Amino acid sequence: MVKSLSELSPDEMGTVLRIHGGRGLVNRLGALGIIPGAKITKISSMSSRGPTTVLVNRTHVALGFGMASKIIISVDRT
Amino acid sequence: MRMKILLMGNPNVGKSVIFSRLTGVRVISSNYPGTTVGFTRGYMKVCNEPAEVIDVPGAYTLEPTCDAEKVAADMLKDGDVVINVVDATNLERNLYLTLQLLGTGIPLVVALNLWDDTKHRGITIDVEKLETILGVPVIPTSALTGQGIRDLVKSIPKASSPHNSSMTLGERWTRVGKIIEQVQRITHRHHRWYERLEDASVKPKSGTVIAVAVLAASFFVIRFIGENLITYVFDPLFNTLWTPVLMKLSAIMGGSGFLHDVVVGKIISGEINFVESFGLLSSGLYVPFAMVLPYIVSFYFVLGLLEDVGYLPRLAVLLDTTMHRLGLHGYAIVPTMLGFGCNVPAILATRVLESRRERFIAATLVCIAIPCASAQAMIFGLVGKYGGEYVALVYAILFLVWIILGTILNRLLKGMSPELLLEIPPYRFPPWQTIFQKLGMRIRGFLIEAVPIILAAVLVINILFVIGVFDYIANAAAPVVTGVLGLPKESVTAIVIGFLRKDAALGMLALSTLTAKQMVIGSVVLTMFFPCIATFVVLLRELGIKDFLKSAAIMIMSALITGGLLNIIL
Repeated sequence: MVKSLSELSPDEMGTVLRIHGGRGLVNRLGALGIIPGAKITKISSMSSRGPTTVLVNRTHVALGFGMASKIIISVDRT
Repeated sequence: MRMKILLMGNPNVGKSVIFSRLTGVRVISSNYPGTTVGFTRGYMKVCNEPAEVIDVPGAYTLEPTCDAEKVAADMLKDGDVVINVVDATNLERNLYLTLQLLGTGIPLVVALNLWDDTKHRGITIDVEKLETILGVPVIPTSALTGQGIRDLVKSIPKASSPHNSSMTLGERWTRVGKIIEQVQRITHRHHRWYERLEDASVKPKSGTVIAVAVLAASFFVIRFIGENLITYVFDPLFNTLWTPVLMKLSAIMGGSGFLHDVVVGKIISGEINFVESFGLLSSGLYVPFAMVLPYIVSFYFVLGLLEDVGYLPRLAVLLDTTMHRLGLHGYAIVPTMLGFGCNVPAILATRVLESRRERFIAATLVCIAIPCASAQAMIFGLVGKYGGEYVALVYAILFLVWIILGTILNRLLKGMSPELLLEIPPYRFPPWQTIFQKLGMRIRGFLIEAVPIILAAVLVINILFVIGVFDYIANAAAPVVTGVLGLPKESVTAIVIGFLRKDAALGMLALSTLTAKQMVIGSVVLTMFFPCIATFVVLLRELGIKDFLKSAAIMIMSALITGGLLNIIL
């Protein structure tokens, strides 16, 4: 199943398929290890379009709702 | 030419702690990304030759994505050797920058920091293999305890720059993955309690509960330590030891007269009143040492704990949505929290924010609505005499101003608030020694900067009083101060002195007899009105003259409007 990171539920895992964004965003996320192929686990998200927290490369990263919706994930079957 | 050594690495990997170890220069370090926003220089010896060491702000990449990374990328050009500080508990993410650094051809040494943390996180790293693959010395270090620092120093002359072709972002991550496969093994183990707490503190429901508990506990502990230091340590010291000395001095100086009043202060109904006498040796010492210092100690003790444990970035996540209404994102909570200590480091810390617009809003809001520890100590001391509810009222008013003014600025200023993108560090439990060292640095900083200025302020106030300058200003400003704010016209002197320091200024309010309402208005206006001279200088430097004038105009306007409204409402 394919979802954006913002649509993922807490504790769901998946692999990054692509990032819908310009070079700037791809670079910023890339420097933190959020690149196509990266394994990602959602930890939580705040209500009313608040930030999402994920685990990627053993690092916790918090990112805004807009960014999270631009990251497309292939969800692992659990 | 002296050798130039750059300490580079991802944010929050302990560069500043290694820097302190190498150079003996103490710098503030914390457990959140972006503590170092400028760079610090220090000196050390390598093979008996003097060398310069530079603590570079943290960067995830050499293709800059924010101001701090721009500083880091620019500094790289002047370096002779780079010590790449790497978080051993997080090798994957850190090696990305290492590969970029290797691509620049600059001689490199890798410090595998936080080495002692790898064991209880179930991580094993084959250091020798990593050395062979990277082609540069790799030294395991634990900067907090000092382990491995000697080996690191010895390895600096062995720094090398193996040939590396440039790679794209994707290729670099693939390479990182391959290296990790060869050198790192992770034993699976159960989650520890603090790791569960890490997750719980960024979930909406449990996170809010934790945040409220943490902030309430912080406030309680700050008040508890501060008040008890005053009641049981500083007040008795002044009353039993210092008062007799001053009374003797007063008798020697004849009990009154200009010089007497400047040095000892006015004798009020036969006694020295440490708040109202206003002499250099009475109020001039009592205000910084017995009123402000206790709260500096207690505030920075609690802030240091929050910083080093790594709670602040989690607060940023929780408050992100709220902060967006003020044109900021959640990470602006870091400068805001620092502002409760002193507005100067708070304004410097706004550099962690991405856009100019954000920095302008954050810095202006800090100057207006966040009372520094000095101001808060005086508010507790002076407003508290009328009752705790009035202290709460002052805080509630400032909080409302923060929200309302932020919302207005967000509407008025062009542009959008950028989104949050932030690494959340693991919870760490630093040794007490580290916490107290940092506290010591901050207390020393306060004493060095504040005491001379407070003494100067007391001196200037006394002289101006005698010359009659203040009467002149008071009469000129009476329509605004009395008419709009409802304060006695002498209060204008406090507003003028507020430019030097807020604590001295608030102390001056005590010189005239004020009602509780006047005291509340006076405290709010003094907090909001204009930054103290130290903040003024930093604000000017950070914002530039044009934005600074804008910011200052907003301060004066909002102080007058708020004060005027309070005068009508209360």
